[in-house]
Amino acid sequence: MDSDVLVVDDSAAIRKILQRVLRQTGMAINAIHEAGNGEEALALLKEHKVHLILSDINMPKMDGLQLLASLKASGDWSQVPVVMITTEGGETKVAEAVRLGAAGYVRKPFTADQIKEKLAGILEPALPL
Amino acid sequence: MNVENLIESAIHHSVVEVFSTMLSGNIEAGAVTREHTAPETAEGVISFIGIAGRWSGTGSIACSSAVACRICSEMLMMEATSLNEEVLDAVAELTNMIIGNVKSSLERHLGDLGLSIPTVVFGRNFQTKTGGSIDWMVSKFHWDGQELIVKMCLAPNEKTSQNAAQSLGQTCPVEI
Repeated sequence: MDSDVLVVDDSAAIRKILQRVLRQTGMAINAIHEAGNGEEALALLKEHKVHLILSDINMPKMDGLQLLASLKASGDWSQVPVVMITTEGGETKVAEAVRLGAAGYVRKPFTADQIKEKLAGILEPALPL
Repeated sequence: MNVENLIESAIHHSVVEVFSTMLSGNIEAGAVTREHTAPETAEGVISFIGIAGRWSGTGSIACSSAVACRICSEMLMMEATSLNEEVLDAVAELTNMIIGNVKSSLERHLGDLGLSIPTVVFGRNFQTKTGGSIDWMVSKFHWDGQELIVKMCLAPNEKTSQNAAQSLGQTCPVEI
């Protein structure tokens, strides 16, 4: 079964880059959904079932850590892997993301290979890469 | 090492890393100077990000419209020939990555810092002015011969810093 992926970032540029990178990974993807912040992501998840979430941390309205906490506290989305992709490389933020249940952490700037490697480690063998 | 040296080094490493990872071409460091807050007439694109915490200030990136279009073209792998929403968004994200990585590097010495959402200004014959009286560290880079300027001002926050006496040019209390 092909997967649906949700990309959450307030930068349209990063959403576009991640769309391209995800297509390059070879993942069997049905659709890539986009949200500009955590609130938009939660609204979108009411309409779509997704199998993987890539999220920035610094975003207006609801940041990535708040989104992660909401997802892990929910019954419906607590098992969906969430990978944080962010400029926030400080130990405090990384530790907070890990404590909240992030499946992985990629620091911006990133290469396509770094994203692919991270997703392979998280999704295999749940999703084909 | 003083805070000024830390910022200079962090900016250099961040710009080189971001350009080598997300863009192509040759980025070379040029002159590093210290400027006061006198307003200057500018044109092109300037992107700002606020920094807050024990230390607070602003990071900014300035470039011509042509450089902004090239940044967008290479980041998004699409041709950008004039300033539009995608170009401005690409410059904002580049600023976020460069200043964000500088922030992460400085946090090891100055404690936790927060970043604002980037703001991009573009046009001709505009001036920028920072409130208060604070020096800017100005690092010039040459990207295949075209100029990109990274600026940062940072000062101890008197309300929260235990080291409020420190300033940009004074010694950092943490060994590196």
